[in-house]
Amino acid sequence: MAEISKEKLLWIYERMRLIRTFEDRVADLFTEGKLPGFVHLYAGEEAIAVGVCAHLTDRDFITSTHRGHGHCIAKGVDVKEMMAELHGKATGSCKGKGGSMHIADVNKGMMGANGIVGGGGPLACGSGLTAKVLGTDQVTACFYGDGAAEQGTMHEAMNLASIWKLPVLFVCENNLYAESTPYTYHGASKSFAERATAYDMPGVLVDGTDVFAVYEVAGEAVARARRGEGPSLIENRAFRYYGHFQGDGMAYRTEDEVAGYRARDPIESFKRQVLARGLVSQAELAEIDTQAARVIEEAIRFSDESPYPALEECLTDVYVSYP
Amino acid sequence: MTTRTLTFREAINEAIRLEMRRDPTVILMGEDVAGGATIPHIEGKGEEAWGGVLGVTKGLAKEFGRQRVLDTPISESAYVGAAVAAAATGLRPIAELMFVDFFGVCMDQIFNQGAKLRYMFGGKAQVPLVVRTMIGAGFRAAGQHSGCHYSVFTHMPGMKTVVASTPYDAKGLLISAIRDPDPVIFFEHKLLYDTTGEVPEEDYAIPLGVADVKRQGKNVTIVTIGRMVHFALEAAEKLAQDGIDAEVIDLRTLSPLDDKAVLDSVKKTHRLVVVDEDNPRCSMATDIVALVSERAFDYLDSSPRMVTAPHTPVPFSPPLEDYYVPSVDKIVSTVKSIVA
Repeated sequence: MAEISKEKLLWIYERMRLIRTFEDRVADLFTEGKLPGFVHLYAGEEAIAVGVCAHLTDRDFITSTHRGHGHCIAKGVDVKEMMAELHGKATGSCKGKGGSMHIADVNKGMMGANGIVGGGGPLACGSGLTAKVLGTDQVTACFYGDGAAEQGTMHEAMNLASIWKLPVLFVCENNLYAESTPYTYHGASKSFAERATAYDMPGVLVDGTDVFAVYEVAGEAVARARRGEGPSLIENRAFRYYGHFQGDGMAYRTEDEVAGYRARDPIESFKRQVLARGLVSQAELAEIDTQAARVIEEAIRFSDESPYPALEECLTDVYVSYP
Repeated sequence: MTTRTLTFREAINEAIRLEMRRDPTVILMGEDVAGGATIPHIEGKGEEAWGGVLGVTKGLAKEFGRQRVLDTPISESAYVGAAVAAAATGLRPIAELMFVDFFGVCMDQIFNQGAKLRYMFGGKAQVPLVVRTMIGAGFRAAGQHSGCHYSVFTHMPGMKTVVASTPYDAKGLLISAIRDPDPVIFFEHKLLYDTTGEVPEEDYAIPLGVADVKRQGKNVTIVTIGRMVHFALEAAEKLAQDGIDAEVIDLRTLSPLDDKAVLDSVKKTHRLVVVDEDNPRCSMATDIVALVSERAFDYLDSSPRMVTAPHTPVPFSPPLEDYYVPSVDKIVSTVKSIVA
């Protein structure tokens, strides 16, 4: 972590805190019946999105999952527009037409959360191909879960990215359960990282609760992609604090298991490390906490005060032009 | 305009070639679109092994290089999905799905990603993608290489669908499809590849959503698509010998649909027969009949009729396959049954 600038450290903390606060408040709003539809929350997995996106700019791309709020925030999508999108408001990132599961902001390189498990793998090859054909140094990070790892699309995408040497990071977020099914049951290999061998790319297993570990490995993979040397696979082991969807009773987890996760909280772990080394002060972190809470409350207010889309909006944005 | 005789296959090749010359962001990808990737005596010598399974894309890798003409693995999900996102991020990809029947292995990328992306993102993305794909029975290729299935894609909001019947239309419609800002599926009937017609040398665009009256007539409107246009025209000549003057409308694009052309014709002829090689349930044929029933009912002098394939997969045995495809005789007898 010595090579990470203070500015970057503060950015990492601010993004992780913003994700946590956003998700905790969304959980509240859902419980209070204030959110339509359903949501899949990212709390507990912040270190992965933030550790990877710390190496990306607005010109780089990410593809995401049904659990996409954290990816959006790490990639710099506006949280007010996100909150409005979750409420189906006209001011949302997608004008209220996408919702939580399709939240996107292509201007920020965020190519969409995805309601189809494994849907993002082929898309990541596409933005990777654009960068390769146009000769830019843009990279694409493809976030996918342990459940998606079993989809054929992910295997096809990894193979294609490897034979074409596309600038793609396959970022597996192994949060141990595909819905309620443990990865030790649904996956035939001992790890998802080792599947990289089959596609002739580097594969690394990382502690996805340790943002420094993720940052370091992702940095190498991004550099390799920018050099034109092709894709990498990073498997991040982490925990989701909420259920598969909000409202999931989580009968599949024990109290001991949950206590074990909480003891390895990515945000608390970050704080412990930076404070112990004197890299940032308690006051600086506290200020970020306060700011994050305020930003999220403002986002909720913004959403509450925003109108629903006009009914004619149902009929627009299907095509660019349709005679 | 200088014109010369080209095959349907050559017209498609020329449309792609001209657009790739005009616009460096146009790329072509698919299984064996060049063929022989990395093989020293093929790619190593700037050659192509195939140029497409039926030779439609021959010479394109030679002219544009393999950076823009990409042989893919047999991974339709991966490369069709890649084409979707490449389109959303700055390229104009033409992805070739060898036979339309293969849509089953990549439908999610077409339907849930490509077609819906713009809408789900609130209009903040464009997907200028073309998927070229072969359709049609009569090739003795049986159940999984012979369907039409364009009605499946026409059903999808966000997707445009195009079926050309002549070399002239194929070139002009494909150029439009490549320049179009939305995803387009371009269906090519494999039994039309060797048909010929006059085609201008220049590039020209036939707008999507405009049907073509291939034959003027006043007694009955025959609305049709793709290879069936030729069957309908042949039927019209036979009918003319019996004093029945049929108008033949080639839809050319199914979505957007030129409903005005259909309605105007029916208001003139007062009779409708739809000829469609696709399966009949929830099809273009039923769609056109519904359109006319709803919006031109009072003009009709008889009930609308459909001449379609049966509700079966395409059979292998030659007599069965020939029975499956709507015939000129069936079109003639159907028209006669409603024209007094």
